[in-house]
Parts: sequence; C-alpha cells; structure tokens
Amino acid sequence: MPNYSWPDQDHRALIGKRTTRVDSSVKISGRAKYTYDVKRPGMLFGKMLRCPYAQAKIVSIDTSAAEKMPGVKAIHIVQEPGAQVHWAGDEIVGIAAIDEGAAEDAARAIVVKYEKLPHLVSDAEPPKGAAEEQGPLNGDDIGDMLDNQVPEREMIKQIQQYGITFKPEENMLKEMKEDGAPDSVLEAIRTAPVHESASARPKSYYQKAAAITQGDPGKALAEAEVTSEGLYGIPVITHCCLESHGSTSEWTGPENLFVHISTQNVSGIAGQMAEPLKIPASNIRVHQDHIGGGFGSKFAPDRWGIVTAILSKKAGGKPVRMMLERDSELKVAGARPSAYARVKLGATRDGTITAWQSESWGTGGPGGGGMPPIPYVFNIPHQHKEHTAIRNNIGPARAWRAPNHPQAAVLTMCPVEDLAAKLNMDPLALFEKNLNLTGARAQNYAQELGIAADLMGWKQKWHPRPATVPSAPVRGVGLSMHTWGGRGHNSDCDLTIQPDGSVEIKMGSQDLGTGTRSAILVVAADTLGIPIGAINLQIGDTLYPPSGGSGGSTTIGGVSSSTRRAAVDARDALFAKVAPALNAQPDELEAINGSIRVKNDPQRTLTWKQACAKIGAMPVTVRGKNPDRNHPPDLTNSGVAGVQMAEVEVDPETGIVEVKKMVAVQDCGLVVNLKTAESQCLGALIMGISYSLFEEKVMDPTTGVMLNPDMEFYRLAGLNDIPELVVHMMTGKGYDERGVIGLGEPPVISPGAAISNAVANALGVRVPFLPLTPNRVLSAIAQKAGA
Amino acid sequence: MPDDNAKKPEDHAGVSRRDFLKISSITAAAPLVAGPKTVLAAGEQVPVYGPGKVPVALTVNGKKYHLELEPRVTLLDAIRDDLDITGPKRVCDRAECGACTVLMDGQPVYACSVLAIEAQGKKVETVESLTQDGKSDSLQQAFIDHDASQCGFCTPGFVMASKALLDQHPSPSADEIRRGLSGNFCRCGTYAGIRDAIAQCSRKGA
Repeated sequence: MPNYSWPDQDHRALIGKRTTRVDSSVKISGRAKYTYDVKRPGMLFGKMLRCPYAQAKIVSIDTSAAEKMPGVKAIHIVQEPGAQVHWAGDEIVGIAAIDEGAAEDAARAIVVKYEKLPHLVSDAEPPKGAAEEQGPLNGDDIGDMLDNQVPEREMIKQIQQYGITFKPEENMLKEMKEDGAPDSVLEAIRTAPVHESASARPKSYYQKAAAITQGDPGKALAEAEVTSEGLYGIPVITHCCLESHGSTSEWTGPENLFVHISTQNVSGIAGQMAEPLKIPASNIRVHQDHIGGGFGSKFAPDRWGIVTAILSKKAGGKPVRMMLERDSELKVAGARPSAYARVKLGATRDGTITAWQSESWGTGGPGGGGMPPIPYVFNIPHQHKEHTAIRNNIGPARAWRAPNHPQAAVLTMCPVEDLAAKLNMDPLALFEKNLNLTGARAQNYAQELGIAADLMGWKQKWHPRPATVPSAPVRGVGLSMHTWGGRGHNSDCDLTIQPDGSVEIKMGSQDLGTGTRSAILVVAADTLGIPIGAINLQIGDTLYPPSGGSGGSTTIGGVSSSTRRAAVDARDALFAKVAPALNAQPDELEAINGSIRVKNDPQRTLTWKQACAKIGAMPVTVRGKNPDRNHPPDLTNSGVAGVQMAEVEVDPETGIVEVKKMVAVQDCGLVVNLKTAESQCLGALIMGISYSLFEEKVMDPTTGVMLNPDMEFYRLAGLNDIPELVVHMMTGKGYDERGVIGLGEPPVISPGAAISNAVANALGVRVPFLPLTPNRVLSAIAQKAGA
Repeated sequence: MPDDNAKKPEDHAGVSRRDFLKISSITAAAPLVAGPKTVLAAGEQVPVYGPGKVPVALTVNGKKYHLELEPRVTLLDAIRDDLDITGPKRVCDRAECGACTVLMDGQPVYACSVLAIEAQGKKVETVESLTQDGKSDSLQQAFIDHDASQCGFCTPGFVMASKALLDQHPSPSADEIRRGLSGNFCRCGTYAGIRDAIAQCSRKGA
C-alpha cells in the first residue's frame, strides 16, 4: 500500500514553509483575466431591468419600443405579468444589445406596470406573540424556498418536519425540477406527510424557528449567584464582491453552451444550468481563470446567468456578457442574515457559567433563516433559547464566510464579557475558567488564549470598566473565541509525468484568492521533489476532473488530499520504472531536490529528467481522489479553535471608534503554505474591522429599497482604518499530525465580538449592535448617562 | 477645465459635467452624424460631440489608438472594451473604489469617471505599462514579496495609486501612505501587505 501520509517536519521541502503565491505576478501586472475581462468575438452586452418595489405584482410588460431600437438583439421576459415580486431589484426583463449604452437605452424604453403591495424590510424585534408556528407547506412555500436558494438540507428538513398541503403529482414535481429543485428535495416531497385539510397557512412575517431547552435553565437561573442580561445584535451586511456576479454565455452548437462565469463552483455550474436550459450538463463547458471575490455568494449560475444563456440563444448563439452593476450587486447578489438577541446568563460568584437564556430573532430575507449556533463555543449546561425568523422583503440571503458564526460569536462572547464585568473579573480569566465547556478543543483554546494575551499585552492593557463614561479618548481591550469544521470537499486530481520530465496537473477547482493554486503546487512539488515552477497547473474548467465548490473551508482539505494521492501514485510509478537503472528496489528510492535517488546512498542518483526518460513512450497518468476510503489515511480533519483580541480607542465626544491593534491566534491542522495562511488571517481581521465598524445594508422602511447600494455609503474599511495586525499560526506537535484543515472561515468569525467587547471595556458601556458607528456609540453613552 | 478658458478668468465658464449632460440631451434630437457642433452653453459657444459615434484618439501605454466611440463612453470602458486592456477594473463605476485607477499625464485618476473624449491628447498609463519585457518593476515585486494581492481584483488600481504616491513622495511617511491610498478599497483585506510593499519601496528610495 502506498504511503500517502503527510511527510513529517524533517521530510518537507515546501509544505508548511512560506511560499510566494504563484499567481501574484499575473495579478500585479494586470494579466490575470477575470470573467469581467473576457471579451468574446462578436460579444453582445446584457442588461437586466429590475423591479423597483419591495413587493409588487407585475400587471403588464411592454417591450415593443425596446425591440425596435437599433442595436437591440434579444429581449427575454424573466417574470411574466401576474408574477409576484418579493424584493426590490428582482429580475424582470433581460436585454442583449451591441453595446452597453444601447442595452441601457432599451431597458429604459421598456414599460412595466406594477401593482404595489405592502412590504416589510425591517428586522426590528418582533411584536410579542407575533411569531407563528410553521404549518404544512404549500406549493408556493416550496417555490419560494427554491427562488430564495434555501439550502437543500434545510428544505428537506422543513418538508419532512411540517409536511405538505398537496398531493405531490408527478407533473408538478417535474415543474419543480425545471425550477431547479434538487432530486433529494423532490424525493422528500414524494414521501412527506400530506395534510390536505390544512388550508394554505396564514402568512405571517414572523415564524417560530426554534425553541430548545437543555437541562433545567429555570432552576439554574433562579439559583445563580450572579446574573447578567443584555441586548446584542449584528445587522444584515452584503458580500460586496469587487468583481460583481455575472457571466458570458455563447451557444457553440444547437445544444452546446460555453460559459465564462465568476464562480466559486466551476465543476458544479453545468449541472445547475442544464435543467432550466433543457440541455445535458455534459454539453455545457464552464471556464474561469480568476475570480474577483465570492465569500460564499457565488455557488450558483443565478437567474441572471440562465437569462444570459437564453439571450444568447435568442441572439443566434452570439456571446452575451451580463455582469451586475454595483447597485444590483449590493441589492440582490448576496447578504448575510442579521441576528439579535436578549440574553441572560447565570453564574456562580467564582465565574462558573451555569445557565443561558435567549430570545433571538433575525432575517435572512424571504426565507427567514435559522437560529445561529448559540451559545457559541461554550456548551453551557442549562439553556433555554427561542428564535423567531423574520421573513421580509430585503432580498435573499446567501452564505457569507462562516455562515451564522460571526452572529453567534457576537450573541455569545459579548454577553460573556458583560458577565465578567458584573463579576468584576478579567474576561480572559472568565474565559479560561469555563474552558471545560468548550469540548474537544479546550486545550487548543487554553494555549491560544495564553499566546494571544502575550501578543496583545493583555495583562498591561486590560483594566476594569470605568464606572462613568470617560470624557477624553479612552482605550480598551476585548476578546473572542471561535470554531469551525473543515474536512475536504470531493476533489479529483489528474497528474501526468511525461517522458521528457514535464509535469501537468489538471483539476476543475478554482482559486478564490485564498492561494489554492499555490497549495496544490506546494503539495505536488514537495511530493515529487521538484520545484513548483516545473509543474504546469491547469484549473478552472469543466474539461478537467471535478472538484467541489469552494465553501465552508473545504477546498484546501479536498485539493491537498487529492493532489497528495495523485503525486504519491505518480512518484511510486516513476520509482518502479527507475529502480532497475539504480539497481535498487522501488521502495528504497526517494524523490528529492530534483532527483530520484537511493535513500542512504545519494551516490546512486538520477536527475529528474534522466529518471523520467525511463518511463517509456507513454506518460505516467494517475488520478488522485478525495475522499478515498480505499487509499487511507484521511489526510484532512475537522474542528479548529481560534482566539482573537482587539484594542480600540473610543472618543466619547465624537463616538468614533478606532481599532488600534488586533491579534489573531489560529490553528488549522497542518499548514500547507504559511505565507498565504497568514494572509488569510490578516484579510479576515481586516474584513472583520470592516463589518464591525462600517458595514450595514440599510433599508428604507417606506419605499422598501436599499438606501446605500454603492461604495460610498456601503462603506468598506480602507487602508486608513487598519491598525497593527498580529497573526500567529499554531503549528508543530499537536497540530501538524491532525492533517490539513480549512482556514477560509475561522478567522473572520471573532472580530465583531472582540471589537465590541473592547469598546465596552473602554467606555464602560455596551454598544448593543454592530456596526459600532459614532451614532450608536453616542446613543449608548447617552442612555447610560440618562439611566 | 481646459486651459483655453484660463485666458478669461472673469467669465470663466468651461463645461462642467452637469452642463455636458444637459447639452447631450439638447442635442439628442440632432441627426446621427459625427463631428463637433457648437452650441451656446453658459454664455459661450462650446463644441458638442455626439450623440452618435465620434472619432476619438487615445494614447494608452505609449501607443496611439483611433477609435469611434459615443461621447458618453468612459475612458475605462474604452480601455477595457475597445482596446482589450483589462488591468483597470470596473467595480463601482462612480469614483468610489479606485479599482480603475490609471495615470493621466502622471496624475492618478478614476478612469470610470473620465470620458474617453476628455482623455484625448493625454498620456494614459495602465498597470500593464509597468511590466517591461515580462519583468515586474520594483513596486510590483514588492507587492509580490508582501503577498499584497488575494483575489487580485483591486490590485491593478492599488499598484497604480501606489506608483502615483511614490512618484510624488519617494519616501512617504506612514501618514502619507494612509492618505495616498485612501481612494482605493480592497475586499479580501490586503492592506497590510500593500502597506509593507510601499514601505519596502520607500526604503529602496524608489
């Protein structure tokens, strides 16, 4: 059996070292081609006419004037009269024209009449008693879930749990399939309990989403020596990918489509386009070289992607490019659900946390959304929690880097910090005292808290909260902890060694800027004992073997494992060919420094080129897979810890919060490339500062539209907002042997809670909701003064 | 504003962007012929182009291009869609994010907010101009060394903004770096690397 295990520290040429990102040079020179940069011969420009109302019925659509305009090549009505629209910015009519100006002119010439309907875009605390039980689901409910991209397993859960109000007829299921329903969902519908007598349930904006009790929280709270109560929250924010969503589609034959698309999911796009376009998935080629940000929002072709392909077909197959404008990108192409909670904690006087009680709510748009995993990290023995999902008209939510975890961190780590203040305890001591509640990673948290405290200078910087709000700028420190899963997605890797010594890897994966290309090459080059530059890596095309979507921090586990297995198999095949020439057994050989040589006898050696010449006429081609139970061990793992600390300065007169320093201590098993791993953490800290201080999707309650769909008022953190950042990766014993674990999500989880806690420490006042804008800080100060 | 007007500061008029848009709509009814007309605007006869395609001559990265463009086409769209030079990126399309930053006669500008016809007679440089014979210049090398790009979509704009900063302040202070790059946004969070890259060039006295 080949030995696929990761090499130990003494036998790694590249793994775990700092390797320069392999696509840096194309990115800094402008040579990197993104989907937005692809210009196909004869390409037309697509535009989407969107609904201006948050909830409306389409009465009529008149495209006749637009159709007559010069330069207009195709028009496609996306939603017909009679259809109901549930958020402002939803797609109504697609247009393709010879240039962008002509397409815009045509969009302006289309007349759509709407009947406006009442809407809700607020996610304020639900009125008492407003939340209703979810009853059996009707056809519209399921259609809504499909439209709103509710995750497959959530849909199945709801269908199984609540049942349906209709007999599932096959032609109805067929229609649902055409609307994109996965087979597993259709199967759930077929086998769901049918409650035909339950009429369509009354629609409420508020739905009881969870009511969970563990232990005896009532008793535990009554007996608690100290209790602490507070209100906390984190609003809806957007993904704001710099490269907006979009694609270019062209029909290369009556049943063949070629798609360039900005996606986190190259191998998974064709399967999602096949059904609505009614062509086999294998007839759809998907290509992407580089992607300008995804962060969880780019797994699907999206309705505008399907429309782009339809417009191309209507235009005789000509390529059509449709990239979203910035305002649409911020309105409809991705949002992170909000989460708010009233939390009560109970503890003993020495700081042992005993009880948790929470009433939480939040919105994920029309789908409502679920409860974040609270209490987070700390499994408090006695808990009662209720969650209300607000189904409103702000547009659909999408997975946003570490879905639900930044919310859970704010809703947990802030109450715990408030409890520490009530106990007159250093929160670091309170966290340490309760590490037994953190489960399998308790030891990691303990180590990481110690390292983070040293790097922050916590002991010198932490002070008890001031009794009164200071009058001059004041500093404070705060901390938070987080966790995430990992493992590796499905990934196939083809590796070829040619007799001339050249090496090629093909994989249908994608590099989101996380350093996936670099990681694949580090693993392959380390295993084959050749330089990274000697390997030609091809990714981002359905012509290559499939690799999973890049989500949930599963990419590094997937691609590193399949690459390792492929490289070990190819290397061993090469050893077998070369062994006779070196007068040795294959298992006596090693690949190192561009040579194949006999272990312990470096005199018996061949250069890589000489060795490959022994392959014969046909190249060595192997496929590595992940997961692969037949080729153990599992090279990935799941479950990381992570600690972050923030130091802030707050000006109580202006309410301005400045982050002065942040520390991230992070484990992720075996680090493949230390340089890009550190960059991931640095980037996550910066993204965290951004959503802690600035970001919020602001909705206008009256008109129901987003008020800040641009980059002036949807403010990202700039270079000016970034303080000293310290990243410490946990490596070596206790970490390396766990295998490779993803890093995309974990470090972005804690900044909100850590920064909020630092502000509370500085001011002696909790600012309940992110982002910590001057307005919110001043309100919290005023409330304290008035109390 | 064009220098021609500098002679008469007392009735300095020129054509603001708002005027220009107004003029565009006035002439929208005009027949679709190329070439400038003149109309009275703000008390002066000013040339008006369009609304159809007009000849536009651009100098980009040292090369002269002759294009036929509608006057409403921005410099960014002309560079990207007509010249297929795609280093400058389209992100906000309204002078907020800096991803389209190019140099015009050495000054950093947002190419999304300059009309192509306004860029005539000026030297436009995009990020592509920095790579000579396939070799990165020292600023680009510093970006590579400090891993100052992740997804890389903002990177060309940052490189050009950084070049403009270093051209004016060869040894910028931390404050000058902060201010000089405050017109550019990154979503992945590469600011730490960018800051270090500029510091490296500064030390070298680039």
